[in-house]
Parts: sequence; C-alpha cells; structure tokens
Amino acid sequence: MSALLAVDRLGVSFATPEGPLQAVDGISLSLERGSVLGLVGESGCGKSATASALCGLLPSGARTTGSARLSERELTSLSERGWRSVRGRRISMVFQDPMSSLNPLLSVGEHLVETLRTHHDLSGIAARTAAVDWLRRVGLPDPAARLASYPHELSGGMRQRVMIALALCPGPDLLVADEPTTALDVTIQAQILELLASLRRELGMTMIFITHDLGVVERVADRIAVMYAGRIAEEGPAERILVSPRHPYTRGLLDSVPGFRPRTGRLPSIPGAVPSPRDWPSGCRFHPRCPHADDTCRNGAPDVPGPEGGVACFHPVGAP
Amino acid sequence: MNRAVLRFRSVLSSNTPARISFWVLAALYLAAIFAPWLAPYAGDDDARACSWAPPSEIHLREADGSWHLPFVRAVSYTFDDDARRVWTEDSTCRFPLRLFRDGHLVGLGEAIATPGRRVSDPSPAGRLYLLGADARGRDLLSRILYGSRVSLTIGVVGVAISTLIALVVGGIAGFAGGWVDGALMRLCEVVMLVPAFYLLMLLRAALPLDWDSRVVYFYIILILSFLGWAGLARILRGMIQSLRQSDFLAASRALGLSPWRILWRHALPQTFGFLSVQATLSIPGYIVAESGLSLLGLGIQDPQTSWGNLLEEAMSIAEIRLHPWTLLPGLFLFAAVLSWNLLGDALRDAFDPRSLS
Repeated sequence: MSALLAVDRLGVSFATPEGPLQAVDGISLSLERGSVLGLVGESGCGKSATASALCGLLPSGARTTGSARLSERELTSLSERGWRSVRGRRISMVFQDPMSSLNPLLSVGEHLVETLRTHHDLSGIAARTAAVDWLRRVGLPDPAARLASYPHELSGGMRQRVMIALALCPGPDLLVADEPTTALDVTIQAQILELLASLRRELGMTMIFITHDLGVVERVADRIAVMYAGRIAEEGPAERILVSPRHPYTRGLLDSVPGFRPRTGRLPSIPGAVPSPRDWPSGCRFHPRCPHADDTCRNGAPDVPGPEGGVACFHPVGAP
Repeated sequence: MNRAVLRFRSVLSSNTPARISFWVLAALYLAAIFAPWLAPYAGDDDARACSWAPPSEIHLREADGSWHLPFVRAVSYTFDDDARRVWTEDSTCRFPLRLFRDGHLVGLGEAIATPGRRVSDPSPAGRLYLLGADARGRDLLSRILYGSRVSLTIGVVGVAISTLIALVVGGIAGFAGGWVDGALMRLCEVVMLVPAFYLLMLLRAALPLDWDSRVVYFYIILILSFLGWAGLARILRGMIQSLRQSDFLAASRALGLSPWRILWRHALPQTFGFLSVQATLSIPGYIVAESGLSLLGLGIQDPQTSWGNLLEEAMSIAEIRLHPWTLLPGLFLFAAVLSWNLLGDALRDAFDPRSLS
C-alpha cells in the first residue's frame, strides 16, 4: 500500500525585507492511511510552517521547494483554485486557538451547515441534521440546542470540539491538527486528546498531530517526527522514540518532561534556545546546545532521515 | 442581530442626549411619513390674500366675553407708510379649530357669526397658519412637513448607496490585494480629489432646469453617494486587510470555503458595527448638502419643497426682519442634523472598545 501523504525534501521560505527566511529546510515524511504522526519540536522549529504548507495556507510571498504528494497528487504546485478542491474534503485543519478560530458573528449551527453544504450536496434540513450528528460525535452535550449557540457562549474546550467537528465534517483524508490542545486547560486537554483518539478509532482517521509537548503526543501518535531548526532530527515509531531516543535533542526534550523517566533532583532542561532561521548554526544545527558535540558536528551536517525514519546525528545516544 | 439591538438600547438608556436625539428623530420621521395627514393644507395650497400672513392667533374668548373652544379669525392686511403689511383680524365671525377634518389632523370648521354682528360681505375666508405663511399664502407648517420627506430621506438613502459601494470596493480591494487593490485605491483617490459641492453645482447647471423634482431628488442622491463612498471604502479596505490575518478567516479557508463566501459571510460582517456608526455620522452631511443645493436653487424646485428651498425665503436680513417665521425650517434642519450627530457619537462610544474604560 502506498503512503497517503509523501513529503519529500519539503522546504518553506518566507520573503522578508532582509531576504528569504528558510523556516523549513528539506523535511521528508511518509504517512500511511489510518496512522497518526506526531510532529514535535520547540517554538520556531518550523512545525506550523509545515502545517500551513500542507494546507496551502502559507502567506503570499512564501516559497516552497521539494514535493508533498497526497494520494499521488502534488500539493506544492497547486494554484489557489486547485487548493480549494483539496482543502476541507482532502486535507482539513484544526487550529491552535479555539477562541479565535470561530467567526464570532455566526452560530455553531451556521458554521457547520455552511461547511457541510460547501462539501456535500445537502438540503438545509439535512445539513442541520448532519450538524447535530457531528456535534454529538465530538461529545458536545445537548447538541441540538447548541446549534443556536454563538462562540462566545461556549468554553474553550467546547469550541475546540466544534472546530474538530467542522474540520471532520467534510470527510477529509488527512487531518492536520496544529497544537489543538495547547491553548486549553490541562483537564480539557486530556478530554480533547481522548476525543481525537476515539474519533480516530471510529473513522480510521489519518492525522498529523503537531505539538511541542511530548507528553501529549504519546497518547495519540503511532510515529513521531522530532523537528529542530527547520529539519527533522529524528523520526521513527512512537514507542521507540519515547523509550530509547537516539538524538540528543529528543533525549533532552524527554528529560525535560516531568514523569517520563525516573530521576532525582532538578528537572533537567536543554540549555539555550532554538536558533533563528536568520542564522542557522553551521554543521549540525543542534551542536551549540548539544552535550556530545565535537568538531565533526561543527563542520558537517548529518544526513537527514528519509521517509522511512532514522536519526540525524553523528553521535546517536546509545551508539558505541 | 439581537446583541446589536441590546447594545443600542443600553446606549439609549445610559446616554440622555442620545435618547432625546433618538426620539426627536423618530418624531421627525414619523411626521414625514404622515405628512399628508398632519399637515393642515396641501403643500401648494395657496391663498394670495394671505401673502406673508403671520402665525395665526388662537383665541378662546369671543368679543362679547363668552368662552369657546379654540378658534381663529380671518385676517386681512393693508400697507402702512413704509409699505409694510399691517394685519387686522375680522372679528365678525370665528373659525373653530376642528380635529380630524377632511382627512387632516387639524382643520377649520365653518364660520360662526359673532352674536350681534353681521358677517361682512364678501364673507371672509379663514386660514389656519400655525407657523405663518409664505409670499403666496401657503402654510409654512404644511410645507415644512412635506419638505421633510425630501430632506430626511435623502441622507438615509444616500448613505445606504454610498455604504454599499464602499462595501463592495473596499471589501474586494482589501481581500484581493495585489494590482486589484492598487487599481481600486487609485480610483478612490481620484474620487476623493473631486470637490463635491462644486461638481454638484456644475452638473446641476449643465443639466436641464425643467426636470421634475423627483428626478432631481434621485439625481442629487446619486451624485452625493457616488462622491461619498471613497473615504469609507479606504477604511474598509484597511479593516479587511487586517482581518485577513485573523484565525477564523484562515480556518474558513482551511475548511475549503470559496473566497466570495469568506469575504461576504465572514470578513465583511465583522465591520458592520463600525459601518453603522459611520453611516449614522455621515447622514447629516447629506442632509446639509441637499439643503445647501436647494437653498442655492440648484436642488428641489418650488412648488416641491425641501427644508433647503424653504430657507431660500430667509436669505436676506430684510426678509427675516419682516417675516421671522421663514427661519423655522432651519430649526427643523438643525434639530435633525444635531440629533443624527449626537446619536452617531453615542453609537461610536458604545462600539469603540477604547472608550469602554
């Protein structure tokens, strides 16, 4: 079976007055139908630019290189008109902040009916029935009454449920969830993750789940890709990555999440911050923050993992 | 919609000038609608014998000292040495005020002879002039009421048209960006460069003078609104541009909605609060512009009336000294313009988040 989504050396650069800014620098991924990929990394490592590129939502002035194919259809060369046939029914997206992702002037029902009727040939009444059905699926209490609610009348968690219903109701092949739980309370986060996991079982959904929180990705992802400074540092099955991380960056991320590994004393952190795309370090981009860095790392970049996974490091953790 | 109505009501209840303005405007517009019924006479109902008649005196007491329901007397004039009119009342009979007479709210009943006096021959004609008469003896109150139909609607219709144009142009320019935006904004700038009032005068002078007043009315509205949209379009374009960065527009794109739908249903409605304030505040400008044109004789022509062309009679100080009541249409104009402005100010304060402190 061929992959649903095949990303090959995808690059995204933004035009700025100071020249192009390479936010994503050649990432390769492969996503089987029905699987969930967790895309993990700190702020500024290119996760959201990747998501925008996959949904055709990059601002004008952004350039993409490489290729991204959804069921053999090339996405990077699509026109705006071409994107319209992809967005919603092929690739749909859940945004980070449910507070600002719904139109404050439209009710929940109007949102859903509008999206349903854009993608399916439904009468108004049939669309309302389908809308109630979707609200029930995403676990909104009293779905029929909620149709008339406006976004400001709903809590953050309820709004994110509505956003998920909106993103799923066109019946997309691929759902891109860009930090869908980041803006929520911890208890609500857990509920939304549980919802996504159960919807995935129910609908056999394929999903890219973007987050900076390894504790979150653990619950939903089959495979994990760790991004650092516009490149993929390590990619592989979720269990392998979480249990025996091989890239020092993945290791550092895992160590800084409380409760992942047994430890005593202070919670460790990775020193320094993600470098700016304006001046990526030479060689391995992680070397200024890496405890194992040597001259090899400073002078040459390690090979990036291909679609089949791997680690971009000269001195992987656990290697002799 | 419901929330907007609630907000409007809270503005009215908390802001006394705005509340008074609202009711003044409501009264003025209702009066315009019911003008044929409220006005004692038709707008062009003249009586040459009553040229420049002053406001009628309302009496309750007959010459013999008996009390009656309110009545007026017929009046006639002679000239004094300075050729000024001297008015005398004909006390041989009285004309009682009657409600709901001949399809009007107020009218005069049949003449009733004063006891012990013979009605003079020919029998005098009583006229009710609550606000005085003009040179042809036409009732000023009736003419103000009929004139309000033009003066009060021209602002609302004109603003509606120019707002619609601004919505289309500003919305498309802000949403499309690129060369479309550039072209439309240059067009706006050209329109804004035109000195509106002089263009109106020029066009009016170039067009036939014998046009029907209804045609002139629509022509004034069209010209005013085709000149008034540009500034608003530029503001709207800026608002739409900043809205393009918003998450919910990105979300509606990601859900596969068409650009037109996103523009009309998601982007433009966000500006309606601002638009309602802006529209309210620009109505007075249209009212004053129409009055200015009609005052100069370029707009609505006699026998049709508007508040502007009624004021034409009050253009010289000599006229005002002799017939001060000819200034009264200006009072109505003043009330309408001031009320729209106060209401607009209150709405702006209510919708402007910076003034909520």
